[in-house]
Amino acid sequence: MERRYKVPLLFLFLIVGGIFLSGLSVNFVLNGVINRFIRNGIMVLALIVPIKAGMGLNFSVTVGAMCAQVGYIMALALGLTSFSGSALALVGSLVLAVIVGWLIGLALNRVRGKEMIATMIIGLLANGIYQLIFLTCVGDIIPVRNTSIILSRGIGVRNTVDLKVFRGLLDNLGVVTLFGIRLPLVMIAIVICFGCCLYYLLNTPFGRKIKCVGDSIEKSQQVGIFADKIRLKSMIVSTVIAAVGHFVYLQNIGMLNVYTGHLKHEIFASAALMAGGATIKDATVRQGFVGLVLFHALFIVSPQAGQALFNNPALGEYFRSFVAYGTIAFALIINSEDKKRADIARKPIVEYSDVNM
Amino acid sequence: MIKKHLYVLKSPQYVIGLFLLVLVIVARNIGMDLATLFNDSLIKFSMNGIFVLSLLPMLNSGMGMNFGMPVGVVAGLIGLCIAVNYNIVGVSGIIVSMVLGCLVAVFFGIVYGRILLGVSGREEIAGTFIGYSFIPIMNFFWTLAPFSNRQMLYPIGGSGLRPRIGLNAYFGKVIDNSLYLSIGDIGLPMGMLLVYVLIGGFLIFFYRTSIGKAMLAVGENPNFAKASGMDCDRLKKISVCFSLALGAIGICVYAQSFGFIELYDAPMTIAFPAVSALLIGGATANKGTVLQGIVGTYLFQSIYLLSVPIANELLLPEVSEIMRTIIANGIILYALLMSHQRRNLYGASL
Repeated sequence: MERRYKVPLLFLFLIVGGIFLSGLSVNFVLNGVINRFIRNGIMVLALIVPIKAGMGLNFSVTVGAMCAQVGYIMALALGLTSFSGSALALVGSLVLAVIVGWLIGLALNRVRGKEMIATMIIGLLANGIYQLIFLTCVGDIIPVRNTSIILSRGIGVRNTVDLKVFRGLLDNLGVVTLFGIRLPLVMIAIVICFGCCLYYLLNTPFGRKIKCVGDSIEKSQQVGIFADKIRLKSMIVSTVIAAVGHFVYLQNIGMLNVYTGHLKHEIFASAALMAGGATIKDATVRQGFVGLVLFHALFIVSPQAGQALFNNPALGEYFRSFVAYGTIAFALIINSEDKKRADIARKPIVEYSDVNM
Repeated sequence: MIKKHLYVLKSPQYVIGLFLLVLVIVARNIGMDLATLFNDSLIKFSMNGIFVLSLLPMLNSGMGMNFGMPVGVVAGLIGLCIAVNYNIVGVSGIIVSMVLGCLVAVFFGIVYGRILLGVSGREEIAGTFIGYSFIPIMNFFWTLAPFSNRQMLYPIGGSGLRPRIGLNAYFGKVIDNSLYLSIGDIGLPMGMLLVYVLIGGFLIFFYRTSIGKAMLAVGENPNFAKASGMDCDRLKKISVCFSLALGAIGICVYAQSFGFIELYDAPMTIAFPAVSALLIGGATANKGTVLQGIVGTYLFQSIYLLSVPIANELLLPEVSEIMRTIIANGIILYALLMSHQRRNLYGASL
């Protein structure tokens, strides 16, 4: 059996086992999965473009998420509500995402071969800078019209900000209830539409250039593609999609944890993509969607299963975080082993390492 | 013969040193006791120094920074927990936990090293995620392991270790307080410094032995090392075990000075400050020396130490923690960007 089916099948097996153990109703799990699908769907798509461009997992999608949060806070600070506020928040976050994505792309062009660790450090660093700005600069250096989002001491944004004024624009449209399952059709359509757009983008000339750069930088240089430029653009695309993804997520939740809302999104998105059978060399939109459903279904099931199996819900929690991190670690390890096998096949017969020291 | 400089100051050390100087001046101006700060800085320095040194074996054998340090730290925690469980107090307690920790670390290192060998070129990111995913596995262990000392278990229910185990009744601060020398206001924790110097000296000695030199050669030019008959994979595995064992010793020293064993998710981000301390000292992404580790640790930990009270006094109290993450990660990113630029310029990439 091909390996790309093994990981999703393992997940499916765990989910079915988990549902049996936990005694949760299938309806409950499905409702949860649909909810999480529309919340996290676009964020997962953000990871696909950098993978195609040969840069591996982009752990700095959190920076895109931060852009979306900045957009919302900007709209709130100006006291805008409803449609105009949402529009401003979206435009603001997109502009910011383009700028930040360009900067990240510039940085990544200098660290070829180590992009993943660099994106991770960039995410952590950006998190620090973001928190510093919102904790110390907003309210004194940056004036704010709407003081209800500011802490009582006059400096810094509150820990949680209500986004109810923006809520209900999209997620309550076209809701259909079938057999006790709530289906927000418009939101599902939006997420799937995004997937289709991305699929289309990857088949345009630009998308082919991305794949070419991902295959081999040298070869793409030889056929006249500026690899650095393509990598820069794909990083911008990724950050912008991430910003849109988090925008939709926040809009759906209706609440913004200013200092922690963006954290760990990169882990969950990457793990979901890997659960769908993607590798750090290749990923498709379909794998993203399949992985999203599988990963979040396991996420919903595991605490209850832990409770049923060990009489201790904490163990289910540990299992959950192990699945999130472990899936990524597994993908990182396995993929290289494939490469190694290919290398061995190409190697000369006489091995220097046969000579012991 | 090329003259070898013991230590060369470069611009990052000047910048950080200058920053530290500014912090010291500010601290004096807002009326803090400089002698106490100096004493604390020495403790912090020797507490965290071994973590930084533990990065060196892997770095020098060409496996990059050991972001998977939690694996070694967890091994040390197992050693500490066993020592506490059997009520071993005093100096013997810390020695027992170090020895046990090292043994467990070597065992982990064999597996971890085998995995890392398969991901050559991507050790850092793979190590990060192996460390991250190892912590939930160990959370299972902490919850289910049959420890029997009531002081370690959750007071209610009686199963599972506490997230924080106080060490004061066992071997808290035994190394801190041994050979403590006070000269006027200044106190020198000679015990801590001695342990630190011993480990640093052992590393320097190790790199003079044939196996240490072979490791350096593997890190510098793996193809050449292979051609001259060295078993690269075996040397790399040994360096992984060595790194993890030093990490285990590091957490033992850290925990006895801190006074608590911190379990569960606590070791998750332990690698990042250590990595940036080593980079401040002037280590590059593929080579570092003991002296760089020592200088870097002192600069980094002193900045950490000074930034808290100063941030409390001048800015807002929450800011100090954020400043720390910015400093630590900013330095790592700077080093990443710079090291690759250098490699591209000279075309020395292998």
